[in-house]
Amino acid sequence: MSAVLTDRQKVWDLAATVVDPEIPVLTIEDLGILRDVDVTETGVTVTITPTYSGCPAMDAIRDDLLAVLRPVGLGDVEVRMVLSPAWTTDWMSEDGKRKLNEYGIAPPSGRSHVPQGPIRLTLATRCPRCGSADTVEVSRFGSTSCKALYECRSCLEPFDYFKVI
Amino acid sequence: MSGPADAIGGDGHGVSLGIGEDDPHGDVIVDRLTLEDEIVRRGGDASDDVAEYALWLGDDALVLAHQLGWWISRAPELEEDIALGNIALDLLGHARSLLSYAGSASGRTEDDLAYWRGEREFRSSQLAEQPNGDYAHTIVRQLAAAVYMFDLYVRLQGSADETLSAVAAKAVKEVDYHRDHTVEWFRRLALGTDESRRRLEVALEHVWPYVGDLFRDEPLLDRLEGVAVRPSSLRPSFDAVIDALAAETGIAFPDADTAMGGGRRGQHSENLSLLLAEMQVLAREHPGASW
Repeated sequence: MSAVLTDRQKVWDLAATVVDPEIPVLTIEDLGILRDVDVTETGVTVTITPTYSGCPAMDAIRDDLLAVLRPVGLGDVEVRMVLSPAWTTDWMSEDGKRKLNEYGIAPPSGRSHVPQGPIRLTLATRCPRCGSADTVEVSRFGSTSCKALYECRSCLEPFDYFKVI
Repeated sequence: MSGPADAIGGDGHGVSLGIGEDDPHGDVIVDRLTLEDEIVRRGGDASDDVAEYALWLGDDALVLAHQLGWWISRAPELEEDIALGNIALDLLGHARSLLSYAGSASGRTEDDLAYWRGEREFRSSQLAEQPNGDYAHTIVRQLAAAVYMFDLYVRLQGSADETLSAVAAKAVKEVDYHRDHTVEWFRRLALGTDESRRRLEVALEHVWPYVGDLFRDEPLLDRLEGVAVRPSSLRPSFDAVIDALAAETGIAFPDADTAMGGGRRGQHSENLSLLLAEMQVLAREHPGASW
């Protein structure tokens, strides 16, 4: 084993190059699902968390992490998945939200709420194309678990919205 | 495998991203990666009692996920194909975590439990196995399941069992959306046309008697104080949501319980065996197959 990268930050930076296969403009760091990097004498452990319980992208992300980290001689590379604390859209970075918007997906608006009562506060979702707040939800479920389908009443384009959880 | 690591070791700054030219997966052996490695069980393996309880929740989620998946390409509108597919995917995620955890008590994997148990070993409620029927039947079944699961997971977050608590904290955010979605569809069908309302009432007559199976206490619960949520204690909050829907729509919910019940003890109707035959046939025809 040759420890090419022993510095935790360097390993983190390398792990942070892995992107979400469904939303390739976002790295797993932007999404906030890269939780921890632990460097030991014998190897590294990278900890990630799923956005949704059944998110099939997790398998691809784990494979990509192994593919990025194994060849650089870090020893044993382990990718662990944890559920707690549960990911919310609050973990997404501001930079990530900006990139998401430029990519054509409206970023989550407002903060995650604690599911308790029947009241759900809905903030206006801006169209990522024309910026109008005159938009309407077509379906709360979209092309992937994390997105809802919207339509803009100003430019009449449909768009994906990364919904708040 | 040592080849690629040695060859691409590099000089420290020109770090290759290391994905082999000919093999996009590099040296990753995909079939060795199972969920057992992924979910970190903070509190260790499940005890037999906790495993049994995890099967209650996991089997409900698994059976419902399988049922809802059938609707993809068959729902009344494209958005509903997608919505029910997404709900099924969330439920499948819950089932995977819960069955993996349940299996830790006996050295079995999530796949062992999903594909190699018979009908009598399933602990799903009899509600979950009720047939999809027409769209109204599916919405009524999912409404009851989602309202029940939401309150269940809200409270299970406080479980003394760290794994159950973590699964619940994740699931509750998703089930929140499922509940909203089915409540909206219930309103649409109830207040839509005479035909949609008629079908909804037929569905309630067929499906609602099985709702009681969700709220039956079993002796197991006496041994899981502080770990599990007592089913009967979830009934008042469930009824509050249903009563509000009844008042809003003028729909009368049947108050009869089925004389049968007993899904948590492995007593099921023929619906479950038919469902399992379809769900399990591939794994049983080709044991150990992976793709």
